[in-house]
Amino acid sequence: MSLGQKMKWVLDSYFTPLTSSHYIELLNPLWADHQLHAKVVAVIDETKTARTLVLQPGRNWRIHRPGQHIRVGVTINGARHTRTYSLSSAPEAGGGQIAITVKASEGGFVSRHLTTEVKVGDLIPVGLPQGLFVMPEAGPVRPLFVTGGSGITPVMAMLRSLAIRRSAMSIVHIHYARHAWDVIFGQELRAMHRSLPNYRLIEIYTENKRRGIPGISDQPADLHLTRGALTAICPDWQDRESWVCGPTGLNEAALQIWRECQVESRLCIEAFHAKLAPLPGDAKGGVIKLQRSQKEISSDGQSSILQVAEAAGINLPHGCRMGICHGCNATLIAGTVRDLRTGAVRQCSPGETVQICVTAVSGDSEFDV
Amino acid sequence: MSGLPVNLSDSQIAEFGRQMDRIKYEVTRSLGDDDARYIRRLIKIQRLMLVAGRLMIYASLPFLPMAGLAVGSWVVFASVISLGIVALAVAKILENMEIGHNILHAQWDWMRDPQINSTTWEWDTHCVAEHWKQTHNVVHHTWTNVLGKDHDVGYGFLRVDAAQPWRPRHLIQPFFNVVLMVFFEWLLSMQSWRIEDVAEGRTTLAQMRPTIRTTLRKMLRQGLKDYVLFPLLAGPFFPVVAAANFVATVMRSIWSNMVIFCGHFPTGSYLFTEEQVENETRAEWYMRQMLGSSNFSGGRLMTIISGSLNYQIEHHLFPDMPSNRYPQVAPQVRALAAEYGLPYNTGTLLGQYWKTTAKIWRLALPGQAAPTEIRKQVSKAA
Repeated sequence: MSLGQKMKWVLDSYFTPLTSSHYIELLNPLWADHQLHAKVVAVIDETKTARTLVLQPGRNWRIHRPGQHIRVGVTINGARHTRTYSLSSAPEAGGGQIAITVKASEGGFVSRHLTTEVKVGDLIPVGLPQGLFVMPEAGPVRPLFVTGGSGITPVMAMLRSLAIRRSAMSIVHIHYARHAWDVIFGQELRAMHRSLPNYRLIEIYTENKRRGIPGISDQPADLHLTRGALTAICPDWQDRESWVCGPTGLNEAALQIWRECQVESRLCIEAFHAKLAPLPGDAKGGVIKLQRSQKEISSDGQSSILQVAEAAGINLPHGCRMGICHGCNATLIAGTVRDLRTGAVRQCSPGETVQICVTAVSGDSEFDV
Repeated sequence: MSGLPVNLSDSQIAEFGRQMDRIKYEVTRSLGDDDARYIRRLIKIQRLMLVAGRLMIYASLPFLPMAGLAVGSWVVFASVISLGIVALAVAKILENMEIGHNILHAQWDWMRDPQINSTTWEWDTHCVAEHWKQTHNVVHHTWTNVLGKDHDVGYGFLRVDAAQPWRPRHLIQPFFNVVLMVFFEWLLSMQSWRIEDVAEGRTTLAQMRPTIRTTLRKMLRQGLKDYVLFPLLAGPFFPVVAAANFVATVMRSIWSNMVIFCGHFPTGSYLFTEEQVENETRAEWYMRQMLGSSNFSGGRLMTIISGSLNYQIEHHLFPDMPSNRYPQVAPQVRALAAEYGLPYNTGTLLGQYWKTTAKIWRLALPGQAAPTEIRKQVSKAA
């Protein structure tokens, strides 16, 4: 233990079983280090349905890498709902402030709450930045970004960072949106396109007549990502390091194209939803035993352990609900599980960690939660 | 027919259970921002009160005539330090009872706040939260008042019901009752050590060692805080602060012991045998909780300071319902009790405590205590 740690230990001993942080929190929640909060300092409307929340994180914040995401807790009717949002701000931006940009999705009551109810001054529980959808530390020289809809948010952090660092020689950015007025950060992107000589933006509106982009037709098929369209817009795409983030269709099309040309290693994809595989008809359920909660529940073998527990009124800790953040990690004590993303039964032995939001049981199982 | 001492048919009992489920469901469905605000505000007030209490204890020191300052006065010193001690005791009581006990019952888990959660909470008392959840939530709340199963029936020492066989050691229970009251916090933290089981060979000391070690480690940290670290800040007045902290913890022990002893021991609470609860249905479990628990009256302040245990009946029926809702469901529970001819054991705090104490004194000697009034009441209603 260093001297600082020893002093902290003595100080915390005055507040056992809590810590000094629990009392510092009474003065200012942002000074606490036992949990991380962020204060909403500004609210910016980006489009009709998307809103940026500028946040001042607490002192335990760790500077993010552009492209990373955070867990955000939203309290609705007294209960906390946790979702994952990409940071749209560059880490170099001043004041230590960060921003998330949220698009109110249809039926998404958490995103609707974030875009309509949250006001300046509110405190929001947040997690530390996570995720591997990032650029190398040195910064890419000739990056290609392909984004769709709200998939622009993590890439926006990258673009803003590149604009500040001025390290890239040539940036090509293809963005898909439904309409011109539907582009999140539309004005800022277009301004960057005009003012930065190394940044080229190509916007494609899938539900509007496009504005004549050389080399591609306005046939509906060409308004989505194809190898032909890609080559027409950016002939040297195979030589570029590429980041793709958008709806499942766009991500899958990209993966296909890069695979065909065997340049998959140059591609980095961020998915916003866990894609679940179809399960075999004979997937069997079983009894789930939760050791720490001291509950036993039965599962059909189709729903995730988290869903089954919640349906039984047990609220287990979790985060993104799509297998990204590991906020729901549980230790398997006994039994067999099925990974819902692959649909296959996982060969794992007791003591292994299981993400219960994307895992179902296959037969009776026991977990340390 | 159920083995319970009630003149009700199985279908009547089942309907009683459905009514209880309905009450619970209605509350669960309506939980929201107001409930969350209640517990968050209470936690904040409790922490501020703790700080205020401790500060007042130090603020009294300059008034000590021995301090040699011009302001020295026994009267002022005694008033300020008493205020400090009471504030500290109240803060500790709130932390243990209305906050800690209820959080550890998972009453607030629905908020999904990892800081206010039954799996992460540790409370400001010697008893380790993990141990408490076993001895209290699992054993006591499942086997409430079942002789030979519920350790809280006399805590392995006291004879609190005539059904417990008399032993010579019970002769000292009027005296031991006082010891238990003053050192309740210390003795309760040893409940998970299963001392009688070790003594009678049902388990071994070696098996209990990890549990004992965990408790001792927590006791050490708690003791270090109240009797070393905080007193050190007072320099030469070390003993004054240590004594003040001791008085505050003893006040908490006495209060929580009083409140808890009024929960199941007053005359009129029914005790059960293992045969009676064999193959018990959920409805019968509800009924047993009702027959085995007792309330005492009190307004909002009394409810908060007693950790809502003046609604012990409601707490035992719905142990994981947020406690701020007990006053709201109590009239419904009471009406159901009347409808089914069941007793609803309630009185004043002092009345209930006197009934408990008188019983403990009487049962120190062999033989029967007062006749169980419950049977009479139930058969009268039927």
